Amino acid sequence: MPPRAPLNLRVNGHPAAVPCADERILLDLLREEMNLTGTKRGCDLGTCGCCTVLVDGRPTLSCLTLARLVEGRSVTTIEGVTPPGGLNPVQRAFVEHGATQCGFCTPGFVLTAVALLRAHPTPNREEVVRAISGNLCRCTGYTKIIEAVLAASREA
Amino acid sequence: MATGAPAPMRLLGGRIPYVEGPLKVSGRAEYTDDIKRPGMLIGRILRSPWAHARIKEVDVSEAREMPGVYAVLTGSEYPIPFGVLPITHDETALAVEKTRYVGDMVAAVAATDERTAERALAAIRVRVDPLPEHLDPESGTRTVVEPIHSRGLNGSNIQKEVLQHFGDVEAAFRAAAHTVHVHGNFAGVTHAFTEPLVTIAEATPDGRLTVWSATQVPHYLHRTLSEVLQLPMHRIRVIKPEVGGGFGGKSDPLPHEVVCAALSIKTGRPVKMLLDREDVFFTNHGRHPTQNDFRLAADAEGRLLAYDIDAVIDGGAWSSFGTVTTYYNGVLAMGPYRVPNFRYRGRRVYTNKPPSGAMRAHGGTNIRYSVEVALDELAEQVGRDPFDLREANALPANSTTVNEFRITSTSFVKCLKTARERSGWDRKFRQLPFGRGVGLGCGFYISGSNSPIHFTPKMPQCTVHLKADMDGGIAVHCMQADIGQGSNTLMAAIVAEVLGVDLERVHVARVDSDVSPVDIGSYSSRVTFMMGNATRRAAEALRDQLLTAAHELTGYPREQLKVAHERFEVVHRPEVGVTFLEALHKAMERSGALQSTGAYNSPPMGGRHKGARAGTAPAYSFAAYVAEVDVDVDTGQYRVEKVWAAFDCGRPLNRLAVEGQVEGSIHMGLGQFMGEAMTYRGPRLLNPSLLDYKIPMPQQMPEVEVLLVGEDDPEGPFGAKEAGEGPLIATLPAVGNALYDAVGVRFLDLPVTPEKVVRGLERRRREARPWKGN
Repeated sequence: MPPRAPLNLRVNGHPAAVPCADERILLDLLREEMNLTGTKRGCDLGTCGCCTVLVDGRPTLSCLTLARLVEGRSVTTIEGVTPPGGLNPVQRAFVEHGATQCGFCTPGFVLTAVALLRAHPTPNREEVVRAISGNLCRCTGYTKIIEAVLAASREA
Repeated sequence: MATGAPAPMRLLGGRIPYVEGPLKVSGRAEYTDDIKRPGMLIGRILRSPWAHARIKEVDVSEAREMPGVYAVLTGSEYPIPFGVLPITHDETALAVEKTRYVGDMVAAVAATDERTAERALAAIRVRVDPLPEHLDPESGTRTVVEPIHSRGLNGSNIQKEVLQHFGDVEAAFRAAAHTVHVHGNFAGVTHAFTEPLVTIAEATPDGRLTVWSATQVPHYLHRTLSEVLQLPMHRIRVIKPEVGGGFGGKSDPLPHEVVCAALSIKTGRPVKMLLDREDVFFTNHGRHPTQNDFRLAADAEGRLLAYDIDAVIDGGAWSSFGTVTTYYNGVLAMGPYRVPNFRYRGRRVYTNKPPSGAMRAHGGTNIRYSVEVALDELAEQVGRDPFDLREANALPANSTTVNEFRITSTSFVKCLKTARERSGWDRKFRQLPFGRGVGLGCGFYISGSNSPIHFTPKMPQCTVHLKADMDGGIAVHCMQADIGQGSNTLMAAIVAEVLGVDLERVHVARVDSDVSPVDIGSYSSRVTFMMGNATRRAAEALRDQLLTAAHELTGYPREQLKVAHERFEVVHRPEVGVTFLEALHKAMERSGALQSTGAYNSPPMGGRHKGARAGTAPAYSFAAYVAEVDVDVDTGQYRVEKVWAAFDCGRPLNRLAVEGQVEGSIHMGLGQFMGEAMTYRGPRLLNPSLLDYKIPMPQQMPEVEVLLVGEDDPEGPFGAKEAGEGPLIATLPAVGNALYDAVGVRFLDLPVTPEKVVRGLERRRREARPWKGN
């Protein structure tokens, strides 16, 4: 089999060329190939949202995305929205409002919230609920997650 | 132990964000699956497609020879049985003679990668003789052909039978003015933590074995590995990385953890075993499917005279925590009311289904639903308000139940008063329009089991070590398992509070059996109470050393010195003092880095009858919840609009964390009430995915008003009691009773789906029982 050309994409703002089999899933590429382990594997079936990343700014389930489909596109993981030595306003709000308990779903929620607030800087409660409804959390009952996103929107 | 009214506190009692929060929100917290070891192999499991079958042959010859396959393991290699309770060791790492459910583990491989491992599994040939399937717990109570385990009672599939009788129940029923009987039916539910089960094991040439695992009880895993692998405990090192939720589902030592270690020993290489979501569902150990018959007797005013309970509990294929479950389904009916006569028969029955085990509010959730619905019914019969009825029956503080539970602090009546007032109950109950309703549900729960599972009772249930060195940091070592509930934060805050230092000085070290002293783990809602007391004692012992140094530096006697912020100062001359670092470095002149230790063991308690220790706890939490529901009477869809959650956890030490526990518990309780169910066709689990097993979405979450009304517990750390499990229990009956208020139908078959609501409404119309004019 002739070797495939490497996959070209931008990850967290940096251009990357990585070897990638056709059947490689984006989640595996990020976690196994690029060591970006902030993206979590919760179900492999697109049901939990723990693997959410941003593809060209839109929340995307990396466990259902063939890596080849993001050729030439821009992928942002939780590592990409975390400023060096600190936290972004959404992350700060999650910590202060107790929106993270076990933390496993948290990177997915943070990315979903970041994307929401970029598109709608001042969402109401219902819009926040709708935006996060693709992410499951078993610890918080979502209450403090919703509070944190609203607080971050007020701060921004 | 300090009792009485503590001085106002700097950190405790406030809202303390999780110390590891910044790592979690940035994806930098390290979970087991994030760890890679050099040369690591991938382990995979072959699961049984048969519910019950005798294994004739497991032929691994082809799989073993495949390129990239390093080891194939079968049950006969590690036949020593294990289980979380020492008295019921009936699990094995892999099936030995029989497979006992669809999904039972039969063989495992370690290979270079997942695909090779999967191919090797496909090449394993298993030959079996099918055996009769036992799926119905009720029929399993009788003698059966080919019981699932040889230890079943009298040739049946009964794993455990409990018979208890206190007082004279027959006489109480004869004397009763009112009796109520409810029959509750509860589907099995599962934890659905977001982080799948995962373990890494690494056997090394020095004869040691290191295991990283997503576990909430590292110590029981440690013991189990030692027993099954026949390695002394000191040659095994168990590390608990960050854990993505547990809720009881990571509290048993699980077979894949043993298998992973065995594969590493066999290959000499590190092995990672990550279970996919379907595997997690098959491993289960969730809440038992349960049927209970609950009968109560009361006098003309509604004062309780007796409970009579019969429960049949579906245990699935293994014992797990089942003996405890069987006791709990009876004895956790005891509070929060005074019940002078009590009889219980409980039977937990093996079936050819995934094993049931411990899930948040273990053993109390289902029986308390039946109790609270029956009380709602009793209030109606007697013609008293449900709040008044409960208040009249409330257990007082410093009392003993008929089965000899020691009740110390209780703010249950305050819970009732607060929930009643805040919810506007008196304006709403039976007064809202048809389709809308409010309901009251109450509960209590153990604040730590008085019975550690593995020790002689003389050994502490928790030990904490502190170390302070030249850097001015304080390291905290303890095997308690933070699984998201905030115990690391609490431990750090207690140390900082006692020593007067900033929280950032305190570092909670990762759980590592080489350095962490034993705590028996995160289950039975024990951590705040037991670890909190042990941590406080350790911190006070360190403070003593620092105060001695401060005395030496200032010349003032110790009694005249007090802890201030990052300082030790003279009580009547606060301008005279030394900094924390000055005191620390002075104290270190004696023998270097300071160390201290603190331990906790619960006091002796409980009666002398068989099973007397089940349900005994050094304290109990109490709850009174009001739920308000809105039912669409055409479609049966309903929404829980709001929950007023009055909860007595003693003094809440971290309000942010306690609120999170209450809100999360309500979410989980609503899931069980509204729709979650492990669904089977014959022996086959139909919904082993988070798509088909639906936990509530944010749209379904009601507004929650958390009302923390507890007063200081005399023995809890700084007056605190548990808040991790008790908050779940009251949720289900509050909603069930609210549905009754809304539409006049009792729902006793959980989950209560819209379809069941519609059928209930139709039944009521057929029976021509009008409700609120409908």
